[in-house]
Amino acid sequence: MAETTKATKVTMAQALNTALRDALREDDRVLVFGEDVGPLGGVFRITDGLTRDFGEERCFDTPLAEAGIVGLAVGMAMGGFRPVVEMQFDAFAYPAFEQIASHVAKLRNRTRGRLTLPMVIRVPYAGGIGGVEHHCDSSEAYYAHTPGLKVVTPATAEDAYWLLRDAIADPDPVVFLEPKKLYWSREDTDLERRGALPFGRAAVRREGRDATVVAYGPSVPVALAAAEAAAAEGIELEVVDLRTIVPFDDETVTASVRRTGRCLVVQEAQGFAGVGAEIAARVQERCFHSLAAPVLRVAGFDIPYPPPKLEHAHLPGVDRILDAVDRLQFGDEPDTRHLLKGAVA
Amino acid sequence: MSVKSLRQTVQGLLPSLTPVRFVAEDGTPVAKPPAGYREPSVEALREAYRRMVLGRRFDTQATALTKQGRLAVYPSSRGQEACQIGAVLALRADDWLFPTYRDSVALVTRGIDPVEVLTLLRGDWHCGYDPAATRVAPQCTPLATQVLHAVGMAEAQRRKGEDGVAMALVGDGATSEGDFHEALNFAAVLRAPVVFFVQNNKYAISVPLARQTAAPALAYKGIGYGVRSEQVDGNDLVAVLAVLTDAVAHARAGHGPVLVEAHTYRMDAHTNADDATRYRDADEVERWGAADPLSRLEAHLRARGGLTDADAAAAREEAEALAADLRTRMNADTTADPMELFDHVYAEPTPQLREQRAQLAAELAETALTQED
Ligand SMILES: Cc1ncc(C[n+]2csc(CCOP(=O)(O)OP(=O)(O)O)c2C)c(N)n1
Ligand SMILES: [Mg+2]
Repeated sequence: MAETTKATKVTMAQALNTALRDALREDDRVLVFGEDVGPLGGVFRITDGLTRDFGEERCFDTPLAEAGIVGLAVGMAMGGFRPVVEMQFDAFAYPAFEQIASHVAKLRNRTRGRLTLPMVIRVPYAGGIGGVEHHCDSSEAYYAHTPGLKVVTPATAEDAYWLLRDAIADPDPVVFLEPKKLYWSREDTDLERRGALPFGRAAVRREGRDATVVAYGPSVPVALAAAEAAAAEGIELEVVDLRTIVPFDDETVTASVRRTGRCLVVQEAQGFAGVGAEIAARVQERCFHSLAAPVLRVAGFDIPYPPPKLEHAHLPGVDRILDAVDRLQFGDEPDTRHLLKGAVA
Repeated sequence: MSVKSLRQTVQGLLPSLTPVRFVAEDGTPVAKPPAGYREPSVEALREAYRRMVLGRRFDTQATALTKQGRLAVYPSSRGQEACQIGAVLALRADDWLFPTYRDSVALVTRGIDPVEVLTLLRGDWHCGYDPAATRVAPQCTPLATQVLHAVGMAEAQRRKGEDGVAMALVGDGATSEGDFHEALNFAAVLRAPVVFFVQNNKYAISVPLARQTAAPALAYKGIGYGVRSEQVDGNDLVAVLAVLTDAVAHARAGHGPVLVEAHTYRMDAHTNADDATRYRDADEVERWGAADPLSRLEAHLRARGGLTDADAAAAREEAEALAADLRTRMNADTTADPMELFDHVYAEPTPQLREQRAQLAAELAETALTQED
């Protein structure tokens, strides 16, 4: 008998809220705290109604201090709780970086596993919402570069739910990056039936034979739109959504690139020393003999995040991806972009 | 130290038990004027009144422009004008100000072109005015980080043998950040000529003061660091100006930093994007409406014969002209230049930035071409 599904329209924000609710309900050790997460429900309303429904003991506002929030979470996790804390915006998490880099990431290692930190740091993340300065950083590389942290970013509402549930259940600390621009995007899904892949596995969002586009979080819908446009011109792009940056799913990415022979990596973040660089390196290390062209990165520029009116020029869009597809040497043309007028002093 | 001198030291650092106040809510002078502070001259109060009328009008106009989509966001300081104006009028033009996102009215009072003040919120660039020329640091969003910068600037001025003072503006919520505490400590140890001015408007977005601190008042945060502290009725311009003038003089004279907490209230939501009904009730807002700083100063000045109907009308007229000019200039579309994105990252762009600049130029040229087709 076919299973009945109850797929309904769900936003990523609702999916995250439901994940927090279900975790709070199922596990008394789960606590939610941060700035404005109580009666307000968070500035993005991800914790909407949690204080009302689970009480102040389970979901509460702290004094305004990110180092304090994460430091408190470390102590509470040591004491047997499972804190899920919210940083209000990506760029406002930096005061907590000391706690994250020195303690959250290292406690298991320092104590040979005698102390562990099952905690989640939720971060509204990346751009595309016209935010004024400090409201749109792509900070994934700082976290991904810090051994001991798992780093997650969902691109769909379904993944937002399951990845957050997995993150909360994980024995290790997880930095959970929520693409702000996707909070309000809707999709049909039934959150009571797991359709999502296991934690740590990348998803092939679209199959294609000509080139692999690796993306994560906010770049996934852009990559899919580019694939749609490329298909109209007869080029079939395969789109891989990483879902978890750490752990990194070499297997899925490698298998795809070996099939297609070409690879593009898309990220919103500035390109230099970014996650895309890591992916490109891993792909060429593993797929060198399958590659017909260099692995290319499509990224934001190496600039501080622009003001709202210039955001569009910075963020990789469909056109920038398609330009890169053109440079994948289908006609065996070398990449001469670095010779563009003005590129050399 | 003898017990007696210890007691004197402690007393000298502690704030007065209740906020310093000269004028009651209805505009009448308090029965017993606060000891140790000089009441500002009527002339100074007249000027402050004019600035408050202008500041209030600027603020409501900015809110209106936001509703019309001309600003990405606007954090209003309506209700906090006594603080915004008092802070600036207590400073000399060569003193430095380190403001937050909430302090646009202070910047306008400082004489910065209102359009340049709003560049950040209009989304054209991160800072629209020249901080070096105006001695106003870029409005700061990462909370409390600017407080340390003010200490550093004060220390720089001291070392150069200048008698300039730096004033840091900071909110009640931001006093919970580590940087705020480090700034107080550094300033006290260095005896830096800096004034920390906390606008306690009772909320950090939705979080009320009671969840922010268990101290009897934020002004008590000074004593632990050896910083002289005071608290003031932040809706009484007369008191704010008197206390801040005294604090600035203390710092300028080389006696070290001062922390001043102003008790005020954020009449509007945190920003236009916020829904304040989720966390505070209308009664509370209404009660604070009765404590309005502008009508209080007006009543006070009128009672002292320092303000006529004609003066008030003139101030209103000037404010309307400011608002009209702001509307005209803010309603003109601006075109931010994408190429500028690469100009100010380093003194000289790196080779990679040059490459990326060329790439963007090519992308934009291509887009322009396809749009022509
Ligand atoms: C380091 C940091 N964390 C969080 C934020 C987000 N945020 C912006 S304003 C604000 C509340 C600040 O309250 P308060 O200091 O009282 O100043 P007010 O807005 O009331 O003037 C918060 C949490 C921020 N800007 N910087
Ligand atoms: Mg406040």
